[in-house]
Amino acid sequence: MTRRWWWAAGALPVAFLATFYAWPVTALLERGLRPDGALDLAGVRDTLASPSTRAVVAFTLQQAAASTLLTLFIGLPLAHVLARYRFRGRRLIEAAVIVPFVLPTVVVAAAFVALLGQRGPVQGVTASVFGTPLDLRHSMWAIIAAHAFFNVAVVVRTVSVVWERLDRALPEAAAVLGAGRVRAWLHVELPLLAPAILAASAITFLFSATSFAAVLVLGGPRRATIEVEIWRTATQLLDLGTAATLAVVQLLAVVALVSVTLWLERRTTRVLPISSRAAGSIAVRGRARIWVGCVLGMAALLVGAPLLVMVERSLWTGQGYSLDAWLALRGALRDSVLFVAPGEAILSSLRIAATATFIAVPLGILAALALVHRGSRWREVGLLLPLGTSAVTVGFGMLLAFGSPPLAIRSSPWLVPVAHAVVALPFVVRVVLPLLRAIDPALRDAAAVAGASPAQVLRNVDLPIVGRAAAAAAGFAFAISLGEFGATTFLARAQGATVPLLIERLLGQPGVTNVSQAMALSTVLALMVLVSVLAVQRWRSEASVW
Amino acid sequence: MITRHRRRNRAVGALLLLTLLVASCGTSEENEDSTAPAPEGPEPREVTLVTHDSFALTPALLEAFTEETGITVNILAGGDAGTALNRAILTAGTPEGDVLFGVDSNLLGRALDAELFVAYESDLLENVPEELRAGPEVTPIDVGDVCLNYDREWFAQEELAPPEELDDLIDPAYEGLTVVLDPATSSPGLAFVLATVAEYGDDGWEQWWEALRDNDVQVESGWTSGYNGAFSGGSAEGDRPIVVSYASSPAAEVFYGDGLTEAPTAVVTSSCYRQVEYAGILAGTTKQDEAEALIDFLLSPEVQADIPTQMWVYPVRTDVELPDVFTEHATAIESPLALPPLKVDELREEIIATWRELVLR
Repeated sequence: MTRRWWWAAGALPVAFLATFYAWPVTALLERGLRPDGALDLAGVRDTLASPSTRAVVAFTLQQAAASTLLTLFIGLPLAHVLARYRFRGRRLIEAAVIVPFVLPTVVVAAAFVALLGQRGPVQGVTASVFGTPLDLRHSMWAIIAAHAFFNVAVVVRTVSVVWERLDRALPEAAAVLGAGRVRAWLHVELPLLAPAILAASAITFLFSATSFAAVLVLGGPRRATIEVEIWRTATQLLDLGTAATLAVVQLLAVVALVSVTLWLERRTTRVLPISSRAAGSIAVRGRARIWVGCVLGMAALLVGAPLLVMVERSLWTGQGYSLDAWLALRGALRDSVLFVAPGEAILSSLRIAATATFIAVPLGILAALALVHRGSRWREVGLLLPLGTSAVTVGFGMLLAFGSPPLAIRSSPWLVPVAHAVVALPFVVRVVLPLLRAIDPALRDAAAVAGASPAQVLRNVDLPIVGRAAAAAAGFAFAISLGEFGATTFLARAQGATVPLLIERLLGQPGVTNVSQAMALSTVLALMVLVSVLAVQRWRSEASVW
Repeated sequence: MITRHRRRNRAVGALLLLTLLVASCGTSEENEDSTAPAPEGPEPREVTLVTHDSFALTPALLEAFTEETGITVNILAGGDAGTALNRAILTAGTPEGDVLFGVDSNLLGRALDAELFVAYESDLLENVPEELRAGPEVTPIDVGDVCLNYDREWFAQEELAPPEELDDLIDPAYEGLTVVLDPATSSPGLAFVLATVAEYGDDGWEQWWEALRDNDVQVESGWTSGYNGAFSGGSAEGDRPIVVSYASSPAAEVFYGDGLTEAPTAVVTSSCYRQVEYAGILAGTTKQDEAEALIDFLLSPEVQADIPTQMWVYPVRTDVELPDVFTEHATAIESPLALPPLKVDELREEIIATWRELVLR
């Protein structure tokens, strides 16, 4: 393709992010750092030098790193099992893994509180087994467990997509040449998976570093991350100077992390022996049973336990179990203006998610294609920035930037899906890019030599391979939008309430019915996602065309 | 074979794209923010109310308002009271809406400093007690109290007398029983700390908190994790029987509980701190008349009577009847603690910083 074409293709996503991300963030930073026109260096210096800032930055990095490790620890074996083996319920588990990702963070935090609380199973089981109950509330473990719960989906989906397409010939050849199973995996498969693993780790790290509700609720007041501090200083104290400084610190940390990851990825990327058709999976036999059993058991524990607690709380009425909360979902839950009927909230959420996906996926694919053919490291880093930026920064920034001409779209209903698309776009790029990079350039050359025009090369070489990753990315973009809560609080209008907003309002009032209805609504959301993911999977599995 | 699959996949893919397209087009139709269709005739009038997430009102009342005046009300709700106010301050000059509702007495100083409002004195203020008013720029709409709530069942079971005053909490008999909220991240948390400042004075409050910290107090970041997560009473998960909440929470427990006839929780009346909630017309609005009509609407007897079971606070008008659940299960607080708004504004950050030093060490 001509350079001009790729330049134009890349310009579209860049223009989108420049307008809807860079401009709002700059507006907020400017308001914070230059309140009277001059740069408030003294304020910046004070914030940076204060010990609490250092503690906050250190804690953010620590918990994000620990969360990433835990997520990889659970996610990689699960990705392996799902990619390689064939067993009953595999499709269901593959689909179920994405459910935590969709759940609003307020619900997950509430479910974990119930899980770890005094009347919860963790304390109950440890008390009966070990004698003393294990109280993990307000601990780092609670936070990283919640993060792992969310992000297992990212690791599993990103890595298993590549894993199942790896040509088995290589590891088999290694086995024939005498390498043991573990060695073959370590020296042959792992290096080939490295870029995908790195991409998933980077995303997990970013999500954990910018996570808000989990840290606020599960960490308690003594633990704060940069995100929580930005929220507190911006929304509670209106101390925009400190908030802006912290936002800059966060951005720089993200840039540093992403650059390192990208450098590592570049070094490990090589042409992968992949096909667009998944390699056959093997039945579970013999020792593999133990492995598969352990992995699935561990995943069930981490991912299944909070979900079960959520369902259980939706049925609890304070005196016994009943379906009251579920039945109440059929109509408006309260005769009150901000409590739209759940059906309406679900429709709103779906509409917004569809719009956001429709914006993010094509732009993301364009950006990925442009990056592969004419990429530079800094453009890649730039594209990933929205993932690592605090929701408050984006939300407040949009309020500031879009309040007056030239782009006075603050009250437009398109703003919420656009905000979601801003967060989802880098995600799409990161999921699609490793796969695109892994295509052997020789394939494209061969096609060109055989007479294919650049457009045909694109359609017949790049797009089919990208197809499946694009579907996974679309699923994620949809999920991100469904569960997004941070920026939406600042931008949503009452009658366009999304499901996370409705749930948060329910959880903000006393009474058993509020809690059980919030949990019931979350379960409905989770079930909807599960069903749609299963449906899409069924369609894709019959589409093994190359 | 392959061709047939390919054709079908193309068809399904196109259908999916089409669905997405139609769905996203639906988003622009969703811009029907009216709660009721505006009546025919001259240009439809609109007014926008900016508020926080705890705002609640029966939709029928809004519809009646629109029918009577021809004005459609759009509601922009996001975040808690502090967030809503700060959004308004951030967008001062080009306000998001016309009326701001949700400035409470702790935040009033900051709002007045930022010169957010345009003065308006409603005629209906004659039904509102003098002590609740705070100048021409803001109109009081509701009044509530932040109090310590305790779990009656827990205390009955343990055969311990429930706390009756703040000093009880630092008594060794009540060790490890209290949950408080971080004033830096929670508005009721801040109100409770201010209550101790009002009770013990500018110097005494720090000693009291040190004693409470030594008495094993648990601190939560917000009302939800405090009440629903750490409190043992009502619906909750936790193990501690004393928590910072609202004077109306016992009544809310009955209202939202399943067939409860008696409130499972009660209030420590001497620990209550009064909060008045105000509304004001935002400077920069182009709809002065509509905004004034909206403020009059908020002060109307119908809305004032609606407030208790929607927002769980008391109306400011004295001539309005309270619902049964309030008269039976909510305790009217006779002499709550309170601090003047200007003092609060001055000292708030210092108090919060000192508190964090003392208690969160």
